[in-house]
Parts: sequence; C-alpha cells; structure tokens
Amino acid sequence: MKTNFRTYYLYLLLFFLAGVIIIPLYVSVMGGFKHTGELRTNSLGLPIDWKVENYTSLLINSDFWLFLWNSTVYAVGTTFFVVLFASMTAFVFAHVKFAANKFLYNYFLLGLMFPFATAILPLFLRVRDFGLLGTSWAVIIPQIAFGLGFSIILFRGFFRQMPKEIFEAAVCDGCSYTQFYFRFTLPLSTPILATVSVITLTGSWNNYLLPLIMINDESLYSWPMGIMVFRGEYFTDWGKILAYVSLTLVPAVVFFFALQKYIVAGLTGGAVKE
Amino acid sequence: MRSAKFDALLSRYYTIIIFLIPALTIFTLFVVLPIGEAAYYSFFRWNGYGAPEKFVGLKNYEFLFKNRVFIMSLKNNFYIIAISLFVQLPFALLIALMISDKLRGAAFFRTVFFLPFILAEIVTALIWAYIYDGNYGLVAAIWGFFGAEAPFVLGDKDWALVAILIVIFWKFFGIHMMIYIAGLQAISKEVLEAAKVDGAGPITTAFRIKIPMLIPTIKLSVFLSLLGSLQLFDIIMPLTGGGPSNVTHSMVSYLYYFGVMRMKVGFGSAVGVVIFLICLFIAIGYQRTLMRDDNENKF
Repeated sequence: MKTNFRTYYLYLLLFFLAGVIIIPLYVSVMGGFKHTGELRTNSLGLPIDWKVENYTSLLINSDFWLFLWNSTVYAVGTTFFVVLFASMTAFVFAHVKFAANKFLYNYFLLGLMFPFATAILPLFLRVRDFGLLGTSWAVIIPQIAFGLGFSIILFRGFFRQMPKEIFEAAVCDGCSYTQFYFRFTLPLSTPILATVSVITLTGSWNNYLLPLIMINDESLYSWPMGIMVFRGEYFTDWGKILAYVSLTLVPAVVFFFALQKYIVAGLTGGAVKE
Repeated sequence: MRSAKFDALLSRYYTIIIFLIPALTIFTLFVVLPIGEAAYYSFFRWNGYGAPEKFVGLKNYEFLFKNRVFIMSLKNNFYIIAISLFVQLPFALLIALMISDKLRGAAFFRTVFFLPFILAEIVTALIWAYIYDGNYGLVAAIWGFFGAEAPFVLGDKDWALVAILIVIFWKFFGIHMMIYIAGLQAISKEVLEAAKVDGAGPITTAFRIKIPMLIPTIKLSVFLSLLGSLQLFDIIMPLTGGGPSNVTHSMVSYLYYFGVMRMKVGFGSAVGVVIFLICLFIAIGYQRTLMRDDNENKF
C-alpha cells in the first residue's frame, strides 16, 4: 500500500535523525569512562575497562564545584532582578495610562535587536569605571540589562490578558497600584514568572562571552570558562574532558525534562498553555 | 483636604516612577549608552585608559574593510545566515509538518530533536570537537572502519567552516522545529477539516493552508535565526578558535581576538558598530513584524 510505504520512509528518516542527535551525546558520556588508548580503538562501543576516575576525580575537584557555584550565583542573581524589574516595568506598561507609555515600551524593545557584542568594549569600561570588576556584579548587572527587553515583552503580554475587572474592582476598593501588583498581579502570574525565570536562568547559566570578558579572577570563573581552562590543560586527554562535559550535560537534560513546557513557551512568544 | 481622586493620581505617579526607575536606569546605563559610546570610540585609537584623545576619523573602519581576516569573518557570517535560512529553516519546517500530525511517537521525536538546543553552546562545541578529532573521534572511527586515514576536518582550511555549519545545524534546527510546531497547533481544526472534506491531500494542505498560516511564525524564526547567526561566538571558540589561519572567525570572534584581547577599544568598537548596523538594517526590515504588537500579544 502506498501510505504504508510512505510511513516506512518517514520513520526511517526520523530514526536516522534521532540517531544523529543521540549518538554524539552517547559517545561523549561513554567516552568519559574510557582510557585514552581505548578512545582510539573503541569510540562507539561500551567501555571495556571502565575508568571511573575521570568522573570521580572531577567530583572531588574543588575548582569544579567552585565554578558551578559561581555560575549559580550569576544565574540566580540575574534571574531575581530580571523577574522583579521586568515585571514591575511591564505592570506599568500594561495597567497605567500615561503619555510616554508606548514610547518607553518601544525604547526597551529596541534593546532587544542588538546583541551585546556590539557594545562589549564600552560595556566593559562602564563596569570597570563603576568599580565592579572583580565582583559577581560585573556579570550580573550587564546580564540583567540585556535580559530586560524580552522579559518585559513576555510579562506585558501576559498582564494585558488578565481580566480587567479584577483590576477595576481592586482600585475601587482603594487598592493602590503597588498593593495590586503584589497582591494580585504576581500571585496570578505564576506561568509567566516560571517562563521568564527559566529562560533567564538558562541564558545566564550557559553564557560564555560575557563572563569571559568581565572576569579575570579565577576564583570567579563560571563553569563554561572552567571547562575551557580544563580543555587547555588536558588538550587531547578526551576521557577527562568528556567526563567534565557529561557532568554538566546531565543536570541540563534533567532540568530540561522537568521544565520543557516553560522553555518552549518562552521561545514561542510567551503563549503558555495551561 | 485631599480628594480621593488626587490620591489616586499621586499614587499613579509614584508607581510610574518607582516601578520604572530600576529597569530604565540599568537598561540605559548598560545597553543604550554603551551602544552610543561604541559609535563615538570607533573614531579614536584608544586603549581604554584616560580619555580618548587620539582622534583618527574613519581610519579604524578603513583598516577593517581592508583587513582580509575581517572580510572573511563577514563572509562567514553571511554563509551561516544563508545556510540557516535556506537549509536549516526549511528542513525544520518539513520535520515539523511531518511530526505535528497524529504520528505515533511524535512526542519522542520532538523531544529528541529539541534536546541539543538546551545544551550550552560551549558543551555542544566540545562534544563536536571530540567527534571531529581525527585520532579519537567518531569521524576517526568511521574512516577507520573503511580502512582510511581520518582527516582532521577542523584543521583543514576548506572543511573547517563546513564542520562548524554542521554543528550549528545540529544544535539549532530543533528550536525552529519547535516554534513551527507551536504555530501549527494554533491553526484551527475546522479549517483543516474543511480542507480534508474538499479532498485536499497532505501536500496540498501543507502548501495551501498550513504554510501560509504559518507566515508570522516563520518570520519570528527567521528573525531569531538572523540575530543568532550574527552573535555566533561560543560555538567557534572550542572548535577552531577562528583558525586555521583565521579562516573561520565570525564577526564576534574577530572582535574578541583583535579588539578585546588587545584592548583596542577604538578598533573593537568599530567592529561592534558594523555588527550594529547590520542588525539595524535587519531590524528595519522587521519593524512591521516586531513593533506591531497590539492585536496579538505575541511578537
């Protein structure tokens, strides 16, 4: 039958593609368990002689944990302030009528269109002149600044879809804007809060260029910087490098499966479906 | 006595000021002003210390456009854009159309194809640096299987960029597929039913109904793809670091190596301004898509 024939080829293509995606991940995780010699002769199969030290030596390496901790500080700090500032701003844009509303909204949108690389040197000088170099703020503050635009769009879209009646009723009852924001808007916005948080967290967690430019002090390195230093040290000792790669890969995959819905929603314009 | 109305008005102004100031301040200081400053510094030769004094006019730009490596990086960025737009996106669309229907295992394929997107770019690139390694990697194994000496693709001037493009494709086609699937799910079932009743097959439906209705979604993915391509840096560093012989730089990696590492603020800013102008050009093209937000709350 024609349809079956077509379905057959469709599955063939899809499984082939799935293989292309999964095999590199699989060989990396397995490669972490192999000796250099074995990597040369047996890159696809299961390890013959499991070299667990590649992993365990990392797990007792204090730098490894330090870099993960630094990245956590950057990600959590950035996310906290992006969520707070962007939701406050979007709240004003969505609910308060004033002359410059539209203009200011577009002002923030403008920032969205330019990668921060365009102004990386002046940005570095600003951070230096403010005396932030050598502190976590050197990474956190620029990340907040560049995270605001997209987050404001997402929040504003969500706030505007909330029923107007709640707002009017609350204002009539003498509720101020600030009270309304804290008592109604935020508690009713958990899906969008989650979406923005997840996007900002992952963006910060994976960011390489910004910390690379802002951080000189090794005790403040983020994990992507750490992994590159490690690569420099063990240039072709792939077993060690792949173990490091795999250790960062596993939490990312778990995180993704737990929060897939919010990641996708954020990337498709904040259309969160409950 | 103050009236309730006056209080409400006062509260409104307080709110506007208190709620807007943090975001406006940070955004202005760390996004808007640096972009303006980049334009200004690009006319100077300056190492970032003291005040910029050595005014050189357009010299930085002149040097830039005579520089072989920069022209190469500009070309590379355009190759990346071209491959993304004309190969990656249509492919993502094709896959989205295939697995958005009631296909068994659709959820599985969707998740698998999306997986690379969540990995850090650095990690993705390291995995592929291993795969491409002619001594140890998968490429070595495949060539070895046929009894051939494996090439070092990343060290080969002709193949290094192709190798990078494959990694970009691998990492990013899933996100575009996901965006298209979200768009396809928004198409009303009635329209599709009606088409079916009228005797339209899957291919006719795809071309006459689904793709035309996906245009706003496609625009979004094109925009994301353009901006992403122009910012490419993290993937290049672990793979080639711009080599061999500086043939695989992107504009941002060029900026990093020749502007930031050597602390040439004026020259680096000029590179930034060129990237900015390309973005501006794209943004103007997309203004109607991006700025028109009142009817739909999406982009």
